[in-house]
Amino acid sequence: MQWRSPEPKSSYDAVIVGGGGHGLGTAYYLASEHGLTNVAVLEKGWIGGGNTGRNTTIIRSNYLFDESAALYDHALKLWESLAQSLNYNVMFSPRGVMMLAHTIHDEQILKRHVHANRCNGVDNEWLTPEEAKAFCPALNIEHNIRYPVLGAALQRRGGTARHDAVAWGYARAADSLGVDIIENCEVTAINRGSDGTVESLQTSRGLIRTRRIGVCAAGNTSVIMNKVGVRLPLESFPLQALVSEPLKPVLPCVVMSNGIHAYVSQSDKGELVIGAGTDAYTSYTQRGALHVSTHTLEAICELFPAFRRLQMLRNWGGIVDVTPDRSPIIAKTGVPGLYVNCGWGTGGFKATPGSAHVFAWTIARDEPHPINAAFTIERFRDGHLIDEAAAAAVAH
Amino acid sequence: MLLIKCPYCGERPELEFVYGGEAHIARPAPEADLTPGQWAAFLYARTNTRGVHAERWRHTRGCGRFLNALRDTTTDQFIATYKAGEARPPAELAQKEP
Repeated sequence: MQWRSPEPKSSYDAVIVGGGGHGLGTAYYLASEHGLTNVAVLEKGWIGGGNTGRNTTIIRSNYLFDESAALYDHALKLWESLAQSLNYNVMFSPRGVMMLAHTIHDEQILKRHVHANRCNGVDNEWLTPEEAKAFCPALNIEHNIRYPVLGAALQRRGGTARHDAVAWGYARAADSLGVDIIENCEVTAINRGSDGTVESLQTSRGLIRTRRIGVCAAGNTSVIMNKVGVRLPLESFPLQALVSEPLKPVLPCVVMSNGIHAYVSQSDKGELVIGAGTDAYTSYTQRGALHVSTHTLEAICELFPAFRRLQMLRNWGGIVDVTPDRSPIIAKTGVPGLYVNCGWGTGGFKATPGSAHVFAWTIARDEPHPINAAFTIERFRDGHLIDEAAAAAVAH
Repeated sequence: MLLIKCPYCGERPELEFVYGGEAHIARPAPEADLTPGQWAAFLYARTNTRGVHAERWRHTRGCGRFLNALRDTTTDQFIATYKAGEARPPAELAQKEP
């Protein structure tokens, strides 16, 4: 195995709840940057079996607002050297992320993103339909389709990475620094001391004492936080993805269309990796409705007529926790010693290294890193929303 | 796709409905002197239940009326639907059916 399977110790200096990329990365940075090595990661299932292994692996940082651009570009810069840092091939492939415009409104908002990104030092450029087709030859730019391509925004530094390898790489690196990775360990209660500070976790593998808990539980964050009476502005929805049968290389970049909820890239195995939208209702079922993925496939078949003959091999769902402004929460909680990293909604994978890096800082120093200082719970009280939902008008 | 039993129209496909989020969250009275934190709790904080969830739906492409439902978010199975304004059905109802 690439990491040990230790029995949980009776106490730790910090415990991370959730063994996905964000949680494992947090433990890794706690150990490597803050000298906290008596740390456990508790995972109720297996490492990387949640959204880390279920997403469509897209990495980009072309967000509209300053706070988001800083956070996601922090992550993108860490992606660029992550394989070297972890000594583990995460197969980061900056092959370019192309976002299509189908209406004049899409065009206006994408151009606004291009300009805002450039002001923030984030690369992004506008392509005409012909330039988009030159970059991605399979793209249909005829005018007679239901969603004609009016242009595209291209972030060349964006791309994909091997999602499982990200979890495994962080797990192995954290383990080698002394972090205990404990699988099949579900948190059933969080106990607080007389001063209100967290004191211990009740788990399916016994009681674990700790004064610092970082929750990275994605779609199940509300379930964990409700145990300590912290109500969060989160709702959990199923988000679907699919892969096709493998093909020879046909799609050299990531193609996204926010307007029609289609995300497609080609894995190194040759499968088309396709992301669909969320279901309308909250759910924890890790599956989604057929009409949601059908809608995406219909759109993709118009954009790439050659894909009509493909068969889809597998589809699945993951549960994503969505905030009202579609920006994450990486913050203290009001309960001393309890920290939360959640609300990544439909786009958390791309942020994994940056999210983990600033969350580890927040836990180690009991104060946010400047990059996540705005991503508080209190922003919903104070009105300082980071409204990427309104900026994109769709899930992203 | 879910099959939802509208209390007015009967069973209809999910596509006729719009989801309305958690049910039974009462808007504070206009004269209530709320703190910003209380307003934020009303507007944004949600139980996000893993289990039996009381939620609103609107039959937009049917009768147009709001309804409430109890649904198990671990199976997506509906336990009951009832008219807006009615009290949440008792918990035993949720336990009676699988």
